[in-house]
Amino acid sequence: MEQLLQQVINGISLGSIYALIALGYTMVYGIIKLINFAHGDIYMIGAYIGYFCMTTLKLDFVSSLLIAMVVCTLLGFAIEKIAYKPLRNATRIAVLITAIGVSLFLEYGTMFFVKASVRTYPALTGFLSGKLQFGSVIITMQQILILAVTILLMVTLQFIVKRTRIGRAMRAASLDNDAAQLMGINVDTTISFTFALGSALAGAAGVLVGVYYNSINPLMGVMPGLKAFVAAVLGGIGLIPGAVIGGYLIGIIEVFVSGYGNSMYRDAVVFAILILILIVKPTGILGKRSREKV
Amino acid sequence: MKKLIGIVLTFVIIQLLISTNIINSYLQATLATICINIILAVSLNLITGFTGQFSLGHAGFMSIGAYTCAIIVMRIPTVPGFLLGLLAGAVMAALVGILVGLPTLRLRGDYLAIATLGMAEIIKVIFTNLEITNGAAGLSGIPRFVNWAWLFVFTVGTIWLITNFLKSSHGRACISIREDEIAAEAMGINTTKYKVTAFTIGAFCAGIAGALYASYFYFLKPGTFGFLKSIDVLVIVVLGGMGSISGSILAAILLALISTLLQAFPELRMVIYSLLLIVIMIFRPQGLMGSREISLSVFSKLRGLLPSKKGRE
Repeated sequence: MEQLLQQVINGISLGSIYALIALGYTMVYGIIKLINFAHGDIYMIGAYIGYFCMTTLKLDFVSSLLIAMVVCTLLGFAIEKIAYKPLRNATRIAVLITAIGVSLFLEYGTMFFVKASVRTYPALTGFLSGKLQFGSVIITMQQILILAVTILLMVTLQFIVKRTRIGRAMRAASLDNDAAQLMGINVDTTISFTFALGSALAGAAGVLVGVYYNSINPLMGVMPGLKAFVAAVLGGIGLIPGAVIGGYLIGIIEVFVSGYGNSMYRDAVVFAILILILIVKPTGILGKRSREKV
Repeated sequence: MKKLIGIVLTFVIIQLLISTNIINSYLQATLATICINIILAVSLNLITGFTGQFSLGHAGFMSIGAYTCAIIVMRIPTVPGFLLGLLAGAVMAALVGILVGLPTLRLRGDYLAIATLGMAEIIKVIFTNLEITNGAAGLSGIPRFVNWAWLFVFTVGTIWLITNFLKSSHGRACISIREDEIAAEAMGINTTKYKVTAFTIGAFCAGIAGALYASYFYFLKPGTFGFLKSIDVLVIVVLGGMGSISGSILAAILLALISTLLQAFPELRMVIYSLLLIVIMIFRPQGLMGSREISLSVFSKLRGLLPSKKGRE
């Protein structure tokens, strides 16, 4: 029982990270129907920015997190302007391949500058390095930190999407691009903003994962990126609450497979879930079936 | 007839260059890579370019062919053993293709891409954990039976198979699915059947490519057949032009040459490669050839322009 509880706690920490990445995927997919393969690499860049803030600049956790989020926002904005905007009217597959190109560019560009070796995050100090113990269940302060930051970011996101003008524009554009344009919404700006918002969340996830797992490398974004996409599909792609539910589910399932089964199979299980959900209910847990129009 | 002469000539010239050692063993490996990539690209083009089903799991099928062939040929190290392995590998890949294709081909566009990607990852994880494939360390010391002749025969064979398929009514049905699935269905085409057929033929050919790879490079590990390999093949198809067989062949040769030229700058190679990808997509998204084909009639037209030539075919 206590072991079970411990696994759930670990799963929630991992799930928070997947959920943060999945939010970016789901928002971008919702608005321009693009699987942004570069999203996982923005998360990697976030982790590196956080690393340099903490080691070279000797900043504390909160300012490193904020700087990483700001840099990733700018990066997401720039990628959208340079690589995706010229392709607004191109075929879906062309945009998808561009996204793969951007992803490879970020991975190998980073590798060129910082080398392929693994880097170790500095340990957190002060009360952040502590842990709480209930019987044999241990909750580290890092886990609490991850959960707290994630919830804070999600509440902020919810506020932006539901209560602000630009959030309303985002929802309108994701419902119907053309109609939104006719209503006087600047769809291009809205798309850029969506990319920026998603990238900020991915950057935050990068710093959190650096703090949690300690080691980072230029290819660290590939697998979590794909799994976060699975999470977004599982919850219902295009839906913000779906991404959160999917992220936590995938995180918990992955930890359980590692803990009770064979950790070698954890990636396979995640993808098996994906294929299963696509066959049984392609719209995801929260998705509604929409009739196909000719 | 002219085509046949062209094919035989290509074979003889390259064989001569190999025998006279102008094409050394390093260039021969590049040649093998080109042939294997042509098979992969042409077969993926059938699925993605002609039938319009976006697959990101081609490396998965390739790995099934490679491992099946390697396991058989290591038990029976003779040429018939290799051919048996190759056939078994291709059939296994095709079977998995049917198995995966039947449920997932109901999905559209991006969903199919992600499902096939997931399938390739699952295959990779299975190969990493099986005993018979020697896990993550991989298989080594696979007997080498593949030479230029085998590579050439299978490459030409695959191209022949797929072009003839496309010229048949089945192939036309596949192309109609790409153009408009709903319209095709309304015309009485069993879309699921043709999608699965194209997918299975593609998987079969990828299995052949994998078997050739296993026997030529005599070393296999699951990591070789990851996401990046699928992307490699997709890049060839897209660069050449989706729906152009000759485009795929051209792009496979071109990319192999580029990657050979960039061999000296390993750290910059992938950066340049990725930038190339983005630039091509922004400025020429239809690829080098679009959906056109190079045909020998181009040469006869050129000849027709010359005043001295009067002879006609």
